[in-house]
Amino acid sequence: MNRQIIKLFGFLLILYALLFGFTSYWSIFDADDLKANQANRRPLLEEQQIKRGDILAADGSAIARSRPVGSGNNRVYVRQYPQGGLFGNPIGYSFVTQGRVGFELSHNDELVGNKTEFLSILDELQGHAQVGDKVQSSLDPSAQEAAVNGLAGRRGSVVAIVPSTGEVRAMVSIPEYDPNQIPKRFAQFNRDDSAPLFNRATQAGYPPGSTMKVVTATAALDSGEFTPSSTLSGRSPVEIDGVPLNNSGGEQFGTIDMTTALTNSVNTWWAQAGERLGKDTMFEYMARFGFDAKPRLDYPGFQLATSGVFDGNKLLGPSDPIDIGRVAIGQERLRVTPLQMAEVAAAVANNGELMEPRLWSRVIDPDGRETRLDPARQSRVMSEDTASTLNEMMQNVVAEGTGTAGAVSGIDVAGKTGTAELSPGVNDAWFIGFAPASDPQIAISCIVERTSGFGGPTCGPIFKAVAESILQGDSGG
Amino acid sequence: MSARTRELFALIPVALLVTAGFTAVLITNSDQLGNLSVLYGGYFLALCVATHIVIRIRLPDADPYLFPLVALLAAFGMVMLFRLDEGLARDQANWFVLGLILFSATIIFLRPYEALERYRYVIALAGIVLLIMPRFLGHQTNDAFLAVDLGPITFQPTELAKICIVVFLASYLNEHREVLVVGARNVFGLVLPPIKHLGPLLVVWGAAMVLLVFIRDLGSSVMFFGAFLALIYVATGRLSFVVIGLAMFVIGAWFFAQTAPHIQERFDIWLDPFHDAGGSGYQLSQSIFAQADGGLFGRGLGDSLVQLPGCDSGFPDRCAILPAPHTDFIYAVIVDELGLFGGAAVVLIYALIAERGYKTAILAEDGFSKLLATGLTTIFALQAFVIIGGVTRVIPLTGVTLPFISYGGSSIIANFVLLALLLMVSDKARRRVRLQSQTRIG
Repeated sequence: MNRQIIKLFGFLLILYALLFGFTSYWSIFDADDLKANQANRRPLLEEQQIKRGDILAADGSAIARSRPVGSGNNRVYVRQYPQGGLFGNPIGYSFVTQGRVGFELSHNDELVGNKTEFLSILDELQGHAQVGDKVQSSLDPSAQEAAVNGLAGRRGSVVAIVPSTGEVRAMVSIPEYDPNQIPKRFAQFNRDDSAPLFNRATQAGYPPGSTMKVVTATAALDSGEFTPSSTLSGRSPVEIDGVPLNNSGGEQFGTIDMTTALTNSVNTWWAQAGERLGKDTMFEYMARFGFDAKPRLDYPGFQLATSGVFDGNKLLGPSDPIDIGRVAIGQERLRVTPLQMAEVAAAVANNGELMEPRLWSRVIDPDGRETRLDPARQSRVMSEDTASTLNEMMQNVVAEGTGTAGAVSGIDVAGKTGTAELSPGVNDAWFIGFAPASDPQIAISCIVERTSGFGGPTCGPIFKAVAESILQGDSGG
Repeated sequence: MSARTRELFALIPVALLVTAGFTAVLITNSDQLGNLSVLYGGYFLALCVATHIVIRIRLPDADPYLFPLVALLAAFGMVMLFRLDEGLARDQANWFVLGLILFSATIIFLRPYEALERYRYVIALAGIVLLIMPRFLGHQTNDAFLAVDLGPITFQPTELAKICIVVFLASYLNEHREVLVVGARNVFGLVLPPIKHLGPLLVVWGAAMVLLVFIRDLGSSVMFFGAFLALIYVATGRLSFVVIGLAMFVIGAWFFAQTAPHIQERFDIWLDPFHDAGGSGYQLSQSIFAQADGGLFGRGLGDSLVQLPGCDSGFPDRCAILPAPHTDFIYAVIVDELGLFGGAAVVLIYALIAERGYKTAILAEDGFSKLLATGLTTIFALQAFVIIGGVTRVIPLTGVTLPFISYGGSSIIANFVLLALLLMVSDKARRRVRLQSQTRIG
């Protein structure tokens, strides 16, 4: 019987070897995949035990902070948003059951203090608990408030960017939500037809209307095809791509120069200019402004929409059949985000150089060490000459054209209005611009959705309020 | 150095391990270091030494490593339970003491153990009664009838039944193994045992099927039937009997899986635990996620995530991320906290115990002793395989305890009785070997 007993033991060892093999598979070889498994809530639960860093506004006030719940080993931190819905969409939220979005998601690594493996082992040996870094945002509470008050409950969005650095000073999307309500009312927000969880500033694609003429003017001037005194006919209608195009209200203009055409936003003039420039030139300049790619904002990719000409969900290029004349005046199948149009204004304001937009400005680690972010150049959109010419033309729009409502007393403003007619009497009203025109401190885009009003009268006052808030804050501080 | 002295010296590092383990847990939990862990280590050593003295008096020649290895498993279990919940460790310590008392009582009063042979049918009957008792007196856990309520405590009769069944099989096969072999006939190339002697063996197969369907305890069923096949193989030397038995078991299990949805579901979960990771596959996928967190060296005692953060409504019954971390899934917690190294150490200890057990069987002279030692060792080692295999997805998950480590009184007590029997067989076998070599030298 002894031989059989030895064989039996051998068989048992094989079984035990299987146990060892499977244990090593789960704990070592397949561990990374398992940790990334959707059903694995352990990483989320563990992060909940880390004191997540605060998010600060530009003025140092707290936008988000973590409050401890429970005690001892069982302590967890729950996110609180002391300023309620003021920063709802841009900052987002972070909760165990609903996950994370917005700034909370894109800066998660800093906020939970994720470091390199080596540094975290050192910390562990020294007995330090993992603590997240504070992250300061460039968003300014008074500018946010000015924008929220300006929109006054109307659906729409405002984005304000510092042209020389790309810092986003204001990002508002109405309707807004209070992130403190997310754990209780997430499902309700999600069902809501007004889409409060949808960040219009970065996710919504609107027809830009005449604000697109800033892009067209850049292409016209910078390519050398046009000068401010170049003339075209401003009569109405004009046949564009085989279909008659009218000026707003059917207004007739004679043969006028470019400055006049921009000041009065003459559709037929600009559509002809667009056809003259052609698709390749138009798309070249659109790309320089950041169209046809996701904005380089420090924001989750799924919450960033690309601006461009779309057929359904398909992004079109210069080789596709496109009515470029109507693209030049912001019609056709052009869809742009408020963020993109703020970048257009900012590029003109910053002497033709586009800076990468960004929502964060500083990271402060638990020991108080600061890391400031250097501004980063995105692209040279146009020459400095083109920029200064366009700047003057856009000042004219506000001084005597469609954008007079955006004028700020005592300060020169450059701007462009836009009114995209969705159906008779229903418009998306736009204003983009910057101030002061001689030394631009802030570039702003504003849109009010589905309103009966026009771009200038609707968005001009909002532009003015936000610009004043930021410029006063600058001079005061 | 005598066997007993070796045993005594081996117990000292085990007690140190208890001290070290408790120290680690205490530091992680409270950042405080008192003399508490030294005290626990001292108690543990005192209990083991007391038991060692009983073994020294009654079984001076017994295997010197079995008891320290079992003490090592118990130490492992105690530290893990202390890490999960102080109350669990306290209960377990009480069971451990009771187990040692029953272990000593078995050694002192059951002499000679060969007397068991005479009562084999009574013992078999007792085993069967124990097996089916939960169906009538017990309650269901996870659809299976596993425990009987005895006043304030619950008792798992299968743990004791496994010893009864092994004693019966060892005795029966010892008497009939020759007829089984000699009377075997070749039918269409298959070596079949004679029909006349097949009856009792069919009864065992039937009992395994009853376990499967009536008690719905797949784990115990596999364990019992595995030990049975191992004994048949060792007793007769015929692999064909094992193949036939295995085929019968698989066919039976397959047939009943059609009618019993719980068996079918166990298989589905085994094949794809992540398919319904939030529902039926929750336990197994959480077990695997816990092991993934462990890595090579684990997260350290007390540092893994076992409790849902912020949940204060009771642990481990509620609030546990991985369900049953103190019983069925304790191996996953060990891998989480001590890594692949910790898990491998546990498996290695069981392998070493099996090695000592089979060595005892080889040294034993008479057939009954050989088969008894083989059966006890096999059923013990298979139990560890069935639960670790279930937790690591080697085989479908079934609820049996991890011997000497899992929380639970019935398991500790029954396994200490099993160890007592094994040591008694060992004592007799090794005494003969010692006397023979002395005579030769003399």
